[in-house]
Amino acid sequence: MKYLKYLLVGLIFGITLSKAEVISWYRIYEMFKLQSFHMYGVIGSAVVIGIFIMYFFKRETLKTYQGKVIVVADKKKGLWRNLLGGTIFGLGWALGGVCPGPMYILLGKGVVAILVVLFGAHLGAFLYQAVKHKLPH
Amino acid sequence: MDFFLQPWPWYAAGPMLALCMYLMFFFGKKLGVSSNLETVCAMGGAGKWVDFFKFDWKKNKWNLVFVLGLILGGFISNQWLTPDQTIALSSQTIQDLSELGIANAGSSYLPDEIFSVDAIFTFKGFLILISAGILVGFGSRYASGCTSGHGIVGLSNLSLESLIAVVGFFIGGLIMTWLILPFIFNF
Repeated sequence: MKYLKYLLVGLIFGITLSKAEVISWYRIYEMFKLQSFHMYGVIGSAVVIGIFIMYFFKRETLKTYQGKVIVVADKKKGLWRNLLGGTIFGLGWALGGVCPGPMYILLGKGVVAILVVLFGAHLGAFLYQAVKHKLPH
Repeated sequence: MDFFLQPWPWYAAGPMLALCMYLMFFFGKKLGVSSNLETVCAMGGAGKWVDFFKFDWKKNKWNLVFVLGLILGGFISNQWLTPDQTIALSSQTIQDLSELGIANAGSSYLPDEIFSVDAIFTFKGFLILISAGILVGFGSRYASGCTSGHGIVGLSNLSLESLIAVVGFFIGGLIMTWLILPFIFNF
């Protein structure tokens, strides 16, 4: 039962990305072709509101449901890990039209072909850990 | 209810995503989808080959439950909340795609040329699907985050690392869309 709240957030996240068509291959293509504001609006407005939310975390106005202060962990430092990792991710995002969240959402939508993408994604995550000591970070 | 059944505009979706980010922090966790890929690898015994995966995956159960919510959300949305499955793409996009050989762009959520069951069993179709997955999985773990962890949480936190990662997302995405996709579909 203590996990039910995460199921609920996932549900809201999944319905939002479905209804805003973020899970559509076409919308990703259109975004990278710079032919519509839609995706930029979705991400941009989320981030603008997110910046305010983070501000209230730092002010300690907003806390966890248990009253604890919210500290957002820093992302790992390093130019190459973020730039190269990001670029490889972007290639896949534009090819398959899916990032990790939408993969699961499309599975729920009943898209059989996404099983191949999901298998590839796990394989990719595995491969990274297997070869990471050889990569620049 | 009618609003619910229409496609949601960006100014409805963006705030909802920010709300999800807030709720995850409120419940003591951090929004992020791609780390689940590692959790599932660990669950499946990948530690036999790569030591990294010997971590205790059970501590990430909450995130697997979040993913279960995503799957459920996709199901509910498709079954009851999306009577009209067409996507109102820009006319230029539809034209560009028809020149690539992708017909009827926007008549449903996904192009049959890539996502139909028939496409899985063609060499090219399978290669597109599996490559997209590998690139996304590899890249997101190399960068320690995807569109949720870097794109939403990281950018909101004004993280320089996330900004670099998102710049990378766009470098990769633009190269794929403008240079590689035309090659793939005309091949």
